[in-house]
Amino acid sequence: MNANPARTSYYVDDDFYADLTAAFSDWQSEEAEIADPARRDEFRRLLEREARLLEQDRHADWLAMYAPECLYWVPASADGGDPKREVAIAFDDRRRLEDRVYRLGTDYAWSQQPPSRTSRIVSNVAAFETADDAVVMIRSNFLITEFQAGDYRTWAGWAGHRLRRNGDGWEILFKQVNLINYDQNLRNPSITL
Amino acid sequence: MDGLTPTPDSRLDGYDFDYLIQEDRVHRHIYTEEPIFRAEMTRVFGAVWVYLGHESEIPDNDDFVQTWLGLRPIILVRDSDGNIRALYNRCTHRGSTVCRRQSGSAKAFQCPYHGWTFRNNGEITGVPWPEGYADDFSDSKFNLAQVPRVDSYKGFVFGTLNMAAPSLMDYLGPVAKPLAEWVDRHPGGKVALCNANRLKLHGNWKLVYDNSADGYHVVFSHRSLLAMENRLSEEGDKGMAFYKESPDTAPMYVYYFGNGHHFKDKRGNVERDKPGALWEIEGVAPGMEYFEEKLRREHPGRADEFLDLAASEPMNINVFPNLHILGNHIQVVRPISVTETDTTWWGTAVIDDEGVLDGAVDDINAIRMRTQEGFPNFGEVDDLMNFEQIQVGLQAEEDEWAYTHRGLGLPDRFSVDEAGTIKGPATDEVFLREYFREYRRLMTTRPDIQIAREV
Repeated sequence: MNANPARTSYYVDDDFYADLTAAFSDWQSEEAEIADPARRDEFRRLLEREARLLEQDRHADWLAMYAPECLYWVPASADGGDPKREVAIAFDDRRRLEDRVYRLGTDYAWSQQPPSRTSRIVSNVAAFETADDAVVMIRSNFLITEFQAGDYRTWAGWAGHRLRRNGDGWEILFKQVNLINYDQNLRNPSITL
Repeated sequence: MDGLTPTPDSRLDGYDFDYLIQEDRVHRHIYTEEPIFRAEMTRVFGAVWVYLGHESEIPDNDDFVQTWLGLRPIILVRDSDGNIRALYNRCTHRGSTVCRRQSGSAKAFQCPYHGWTFRNNGEITGVPWPEGYADDFSDSKFNLAQVPRVDSYKGFVFGTLNMAAPSLMDYLGPVAKPLAEWVDRHPGGKVALCNANRLKLHGNWKLVYDNSADGYHVVFSHRSLLAMENRLSEEGDKGMAFYKESPDTAPMYVYYFGNGHHFKDKRGNVERDKPGALWEIEGVAPGMEYFEEKLRREHPGRADEFLDLAASEPMNINVFPNLHILGNHIQVVRPISVTETDTTWWGTAVIDDEGVLDGAVDDINAIRMRTQEGFPNFGEVDDLMNFEQIQVGLQAEEDEWAYTHRGLGLPDRFSVDEAGTIKGPATDEVFLREYFREYRRLMTTRPDIQIAREV
């Protein structure tokens, strides 16, 4: 078995879907919230760095923030729905996320010609413990203003990040992007949220 | 000339459609002019059978979903007696919508404004303080309006306001055959909608219809997708790679069926009778290696057949004016204004009511959801940008024409069968010329539009 998740997708298996559903179920409890301001600040800085890298189109650096076996997920349903039985706005494993970045780099991704410029505000950061000491869940609000070819567009909502300790820092296992207009028709959803 | 010269037969608010729609070109005004758009909502969307929704959206009695017939807000409902109806979402009293939820289950709809209440078959059941009216509301004129003719084919629900329109089957004509083939490759001849990639463009709705059988744009508009799909493939044969060399000599064809319907059949590029042939050319998708191995391990005799159900069917079936079947998607086009259009790519799931898939249906769908997310994310967004940029280009007032003449004057490129179906090579624009001929006929004809109120 070739286990390189950038080449083959063996890790998106039955257990993965079960873990994903469990990770995003009932995780924002007050008992689990991390009150320590220093820890919360560490997570806030991570999210701000992610937003900054995306603003600066530093996609390779952005990808490096993600674990090898990661997920970038933009559901088209409230609460994520059932991804094994519903299509999502995006449901990218490592390989498809690299596909996404590759496509934007081809010069032929007309949806991003001219490239959008974005300003990304991350706020309302709250962190939550999980059953695993090395894993935390982060909830944050986002407001992205996109400018392209004379038009401004706004993307708003909240994101759920699942982070795992990696050496001295953290890597992103899952990112769930919950747009407030997840069930509406979206114009040119081709920037990375 | 600017198309504004009236002629006795074809004028509409001063627009001469014999001028605007010519054999080899169409005028920019059909994409840019507000009066033409308003007329389309009656003369096209009011005259023909329009796709309203899928039976799987309203599986049980009392289920409803909101939809549109042109600009008309519609509640598509399976009423308490099991009849599928298309009610106008418009209170007979003052005109407010009576239903504000996108979908759900309801035996009745009560207008939030003054409380008039209607059964889910449209019949009025009561108004507050009726003693204030001299009427007793027994007259059907107070019932909700509804589309007078609603019919289904293979799970697709259509409606028309035109009492003189042919039957749905006669309207579909030969396009019914590929539609049936597309559906019937699934167990029980059924699929179910499973959420959607919902997209919007700042462009005219016909730009979507124009593109739907266009084999000419593929390697250009989708250049980034083709490069992406094959970046990890040694053979370079994934996805739509069969367009890359010489698409006009490849075994794929465009068909025009009449009534505006057309079809691009790419199945000749794969050995469609060989199980696993569709799966072989499917691009990569999350989880595909895991679920493929699982299916091969657990269903050694049928894995290829199951994997083909997770792969995309290489067909583009276009039912005028607003329904497109492509890959495994049901794409529905909703005109909003002359320069704004919603295009919703419904995913479809395999269902196994009869238990013929040996318990594999969930694994098949786990792959199929992910294969379906590819094109809207990495292909359609590029088309939509190109459509929007057509709308920008067509603002140039003096540069009047958009050409539709690829293949015109080269009769050897076409054949016509006994049913009148025209067949041509994959990149030909014959489907554009023919559908615009039908569009011109519709735009110069006033349909006999009626609404029903009797239940």
